[in-house]
Amino acid sequence: MSEQETIGELLVKRGISRRALLKYAGYLASVMALPPTSSTAMAQALANARRQSVIWLSFQECTGCTESLTRSFSPTIEDMIFDLISLDYHETLQAVSGYAAEEARMQAMKENKGKYVVVVDGSVSTKDGGVYSANAGKTNLETLQETAKDALALISVGTCAAFGGIPHAKPNPTGAVPVSDIITDKPIINIPGCPPIAEAIAGTVAYLVTFGKIPELDHLGRPKAFFGDTIHDRCYRRPFYDKGLFAKSFDDEGARNGWCLYEVGCKGPVTYNACATLKWNGGVSFPIQSGHGCLGCSEPDFWDRGGFYKPLSSWTGGNAAIIGGAAAAGAVVGAASALLARRRKASASGEKGS
Amino acid sequence: MSLLDFARGPALEYAFAIFLFGILWRIASLFLLPRAKDRSVPRPGAPAAAVSAARGFVRHMWLRPPYGQSTVFALVNGYIFHVGLAIIVFGFGPHILFINGLTGLSWPNLPSGVISVVSVVTLAALAAALVRRLTSPVLRLLSGFNDYMSWLVTTAPVLTGLLAVSHLGAKYETLLAVHILSIAVFLIWFPFGKLFHAFLVFVTRSQTGAFYGRRGVQI
Ligand code: SF4
Repeated sequence: MSEQETIGELLVKRGISRRALLKYAGYLASVMALPPTSSTAMAQALANARRQSVIWLSFQECTGCTESLTRSFSPTIEDMIFDLISLDYHETLQAVSGYAAEEARMQAMKENKGKYVVVVDGSVSTKDGGVYSANAGKTNLETLQETAKDALALISVGTCAAFGGIPHAKPNPTGAVPVSDIITDKPIINIPGCPPIAEAIAGTVAYLVTFGKIPELDHLGRPKAFFGDTIHDRCYRRPFYDKGLFAKSFDDEGARNGWCLYEVGCKGPVTYNACATLKWNGGVSFPIQSGHGCLGCSEPDFWDRGGFYKPLSSWTGGNAAIIGGAAAAGAVVGAASALLARRRKASASGEKGS
Repeated sequence: MSLLDFARGPALEYAFAIFLFGILWRIASLFLLPRAKDRSVPRPGAPAAAVSAARGFVRHMWLRPPYGQSTVFALVNGYIFHVGLAIIVFGFGPHILFINGLTGLSWPNLPSGVISVVSVVTLAALAAALVRRLTSPVLRLLSGFNDYMSWLVTTAPVLTGLLAVSHLGAKYETLLAVHILSIAVFLIWFPFGKLFHAFLVFVTRSQTGAFYGRRGVQI
């Protein structure tokens, strides 16, 4: 496939009709909450655009993010994304390995200097020079710095790349950090989630290819189109929350009635993601619909927020030494001051007597 | 660490530690103080001290006729926000969860709508208490930093809690964090300011009851 070929030409060769492209553009425009009129312009722009060169780097990760994209339930959407981009390097998906693979990366970087997009999944190990995660004889840290140097933009796919994720969880033995801690001079789009929603990855890439710019982001670098609302804002169990009807355990009456899962630890009220609207497995369900509270996986440090089953309103502390120590100290200081008063009284009455 | 993580974690933990320190300090220093022996002769037919104490406590719960109606507003308004605060603290589901996390105790919650109504009424009563304090020349003269601070740290959690539940004014995580931080401030201030009356009211009123029951003439 030639890099010079437009996406439209490629789709024609593949037998994908203009109508299908229009439908796809319409779908993307709707999931990204763009005005309906933009879908025609989007289809037009997509047809005339060149395929975006993408280098996909996998660092400290579990491959769940790639799985989410490639094994998605709606293959036409995610297949389509591979028609929009020229995936020049992806360790998990590429057929070649070893020297040839690294060559492909170097070549893509050279040919598309300043124009390629780097997608990263996984966090970057920094401890001891980043030796805890390496590929092809290079630490992830080196590979990232080298690859990002001439990139147009970076997309951190998954919570590990966006916020450090599970490798970053206490005690963080590898010194894992998010991509944004290392690369500070390039635009970075964060698409967190463990894993992220396939449509959020596809939609963001399509937006980038279509409009040639970064979509509107929130304060954590996430596209507002997918991360603008909390799960709680869009949750179908919200009326139960508002009425104060909560499941107290996973198999009680409330749980069977589909009541709100706040008390069993749902983090939906503080989690920004599109699970409640786009859902998973082709729109079949999402965790809350399947009976489990939201874990808050698209938020920073979700692993260390005091426990998945601890309600948001409970405290996450509980250091017995601090609490017990403070109580004991208070009692001792109180007793000492009373003792002092007794002494003073005794000496005063002694003086009076003498 | 986000503001919410700070509020739920270290802020509450240290605030609670200071709260416990202060409570135990004040209670221990008070109860271990040397007590002067009452050398007065009890009046004839004086009941036992405990009975007088209980009677005194109950009697102080409502106005005595000589005071007339002058303080009826303060009394009723005081009841409204005290009962309101109790309903909010012990009736709202997430609060019960918080207490459960601390003590292991749990009980059924009230519907959120009821709590919201009670919160609005409580807020109005607290506002009325402040207005009265500011507009009554005598009260204003008697009021100091301690009174205003105690009012503020009591009102802030009610207001921020109401905003958090109704998702008004900011993102929920910010509102929840601010609400929890306002509780942390409440806990820190509680033992050292006038809020400590929540503990001392039982002691002082009982003591006064016992005192009146022993001395003076039969009433
Ligand atoms: S289940 Fe979770 S997200 Fe849904 S209403 Fe309850 S707390 Fe909110």
